[in-house]
Amino acid sequence: MNATQPITAADGTPLKKKLAQAMFRSKLRAAGLVAPLLAFVLASFIFPIFALMWQGVHNNTFERLMPNLTEELRVWDGLSEPTEEMYTLLVADLRQNRADKTIGRVASRVNQELAGTRSLFTSTARKAAKLEPPYRDALIKTKKKWGEIKVWQAMKLTNQSLTPGFYATSLDAVYTVDQGFIMKEEKRQIYTKLFIRTLMISGSVMLLCLLLGYPVAYLLATLPLKYSNLLMIMVLLPFWTSLLVRTTAWIAILQSQGVVNDILVWVGIAADDSRFSLIYNMTGTIIAMTHILLPFMILPLYSVMKTIPPSYMRAARSLGATPTRAFIKVYVPQTIPGMGAGGLLVFILAIGYYITPALVGGQDGQLISNMIAYHMQKSLNWSLAAALGGILLGGVLILYWAYDRIIGIDNMKLG
Amino acid sequence: MLDGSDPFVCFRNVQKSYDGETLVVKNLNLEIESGEFVTMLGPSGSGKTTCLMMLAGFETATHGEIELGGKPINNIPPHKRGIGMVFQNYALFPHMTVAENLTFPLKVRGMSSGEIDEKVGRALDMVQMRFFADRKPAQLSGGQQQRIALARALVFEPELVLMDEPLGALDKQLREHMQYEIKHIHENLGVTVVYVTHDQSEALTMSNRIAVFDDGVIQQLADPVTLYEKPENAFVAQFIGENNTLAGTVTSLSGGVASVTLDSGDAVKALAINTDGKGSATQLSVRPERCVVTPKKKAGLSSLKGRIEELIYLGDHIRCRMTVAGNDEFIVKVPNTADQLGLQIGAEPYVGWQTDDCRALDVKDA
Repeated sequence: MNATQPITAADGTPLKKKLAQAMFRSKLRAAGLVAPLLAFVLASFIFPIFALMWQGVHNNTFERLMPNLTEELRVWDGLSEPTEEMYTLLVADLRQNRADKTIGRVASRVNQELAGTRSLFTSTARKAAKLEPPYRDALIKTKKKWGEIKVWQAMKLTNQSLTPGFYATSLDAVYTVDQGFIMKEEKRQIYTKLFIRTLMISGSVMLLCLLLGYPVAYLLATLPLKYSNLLMIMVLLPFWTSLLVRTTAWIAILQSQGVVNDILVWVGIAADDSRFSLIYNMTGTIIAMTHILLPFMILPLYSVMKTIPPSYMRAARSLGATPTRAFIKVYVPQTIPGMGAGGLLVFILAIGYYITPALVGGQDGQLISNMIAYHMQKSLNWSLAAALGGILLGGVLILYWAYDRIIGIDNMKLG
Repeated sequence: MLDGSDPFVCFRNVQKSYDGETLVVKNLNLEIESGEFVTMLGPSGSGKTTCLMMLAGFETATHGEIELGGKPINNIPPHKRGIGMVFQNYALFPHMTVAENLTFPLKVRGMSSGEIDEKVGRALDMVQMRFFADRKPAQLSGGQQQRIALARALVFEPELVLMDEPLGALDKQLREHMQYEIKHIHENLGVTVVYVTHDQSEALTMSNRIAVFDDGVIQQLADPVTLYEKPENAFVAQFIGENNTLAGTVTSLSGGVASVTLDSGDAVKALAINTDGKGSATQLSVRPERCVVTPKKKAGLSSLKGRIEELIYLGDHIRCRMTVAGNDEFIVKVPNTADQLGLQIGAEPYVGWQTDDCRALDVKDA
């Protein structure tokens, strides 16, 4: 048969086309079955994520609410003195904002760029109706700050809807009109430190989970069914208990008048007036998160260990290896897929953990997700929250990619 | 080395129980000479694997003593026994290459890398697998994995090698081929082998001696010829090879020959091997290839009238199922010779055998 000629079915149509026709109905049915889920995921997951991610680089509050000034600000070089024309347009916009009751939003937006400008906008807007030209002098008379170039530079930056400013802030840098990105001074850096702390805590939690979970998973996989079932229930029971309940239980156990400290005082390890602070700090966060995330390490490990027949260990021992050596050289390497899966799972869950650090973390046990929540709920700077979240998401994707390169994602066993 | 009189491996009154209620191995006594190939043969649950695991050190004897090279090894952990072992599923370490698998026992023993390379090379040559050294076990076929498992068990030159149904996972042709290969390796190296299987043809092919296990007891320990030709009880007669049984009662005993009245009323003579004397129930055992089908009673043979139920043509012989003395599973292997007997279903010829080929054994209650 000629290899270059396409193979045809009995009726002469090309085989590929025939196959596609034959498969069409079943493909249609399959697509129909997944369609509701796909629609749900799109509407409730993919779309909100992209919408929020978009906010991290795009905020048009100023451009939208200051329609007169915006064009003028765009052409302004950001260094020369603001013209009378710009002041005039500013007053016009402020009057309009006052009437529309949108001045609060404009003020907040500029305030995100330059702290302390909120009242400048709100109070000036109140008086804007009575202002007489020339507006430059009138405005500076009302508030001296209007003469400062940095207020105008802040407005120029906020006027730029598509901005890297929020990502810059997320990495403790400032985006300026004239000098590009400038790092904040050391003592004013918050987010990079928080990101590093988040990575460190997640890493510690992952390692602790591995250390504590490995023996448990080993027992689960090797004990007779009667005992391993009981152990499995003990592993799963906390898993099924509300996260909030477990976290508050840790408060009862770890607080300075709690169970652990009472015992330590009773035994004599700690003095009554210098009890250990085990909670409302990083220690509390690590302990509680390790406990809560432990099943995510144990279950993948268990599922891998369950598939390792005991004959491997026996073979190693019959070949002359001590039990320890057989375990390290033969057993442990075979559990790498489980360790990888469990580790990745715990790390990724930990990196975005929110409730537990919020409840038991105190000051230095807070993670980046607590900061994201703060910007979502308290400061209402959604764009900054989105940028922080975007960096977190990017970090997780990089980790996932690195894992795939080093261990291989198809090596991962989740159960 | 040991002198000929001392057994190399010795089980002395060994008992094993897992649950404290039933004995899996009941009072086992077994002596294995150095260089011997001994097979533990028996159905599953007969205790043969447990015996092997006790010898390897993975199970502890509940009672009794196991000796290796004259020294008791009950309290020696498996890794210090220096026994090579081939497992049923090969147990090749999946994360190591073939060469690394073979290197493992040598590295554990702290050998120099030059010595290791030489020994690994020699072991791979022995199983003709030198070109596969860098493969992972998963990239090998079942037969190849089997060879590597064998090489790994032998590479550190143990004096004793245990094999736990090593050929169970292979197809029939490969299994037969590997049987010869293992047999030749055993002959060349002079290593002592204890082999566990439930496949009787495997046991007959390879072993110097076979221990037939049933119900935690060695039913018979003998070389393959004796085991097949002279089974000592009904279980061994049934388990090794094909066998025809006829139930009856011993009416008299004289000079090792028993006169037996079959349940059908016919009287025959048989060698009295394992009977409880006059008046006891017995089971006669005759091999199918030792029976002849004759149109008429033949002098010098015990002959019974039979009826042909089924004929199966197998090329070299014809397998003839008959009803003889009430047993409708009576098999006769009729050689495919030129003078065909004209066997026909429904015909009623005589079936005869020599008294020496008929053994009166105990009654097996199964």
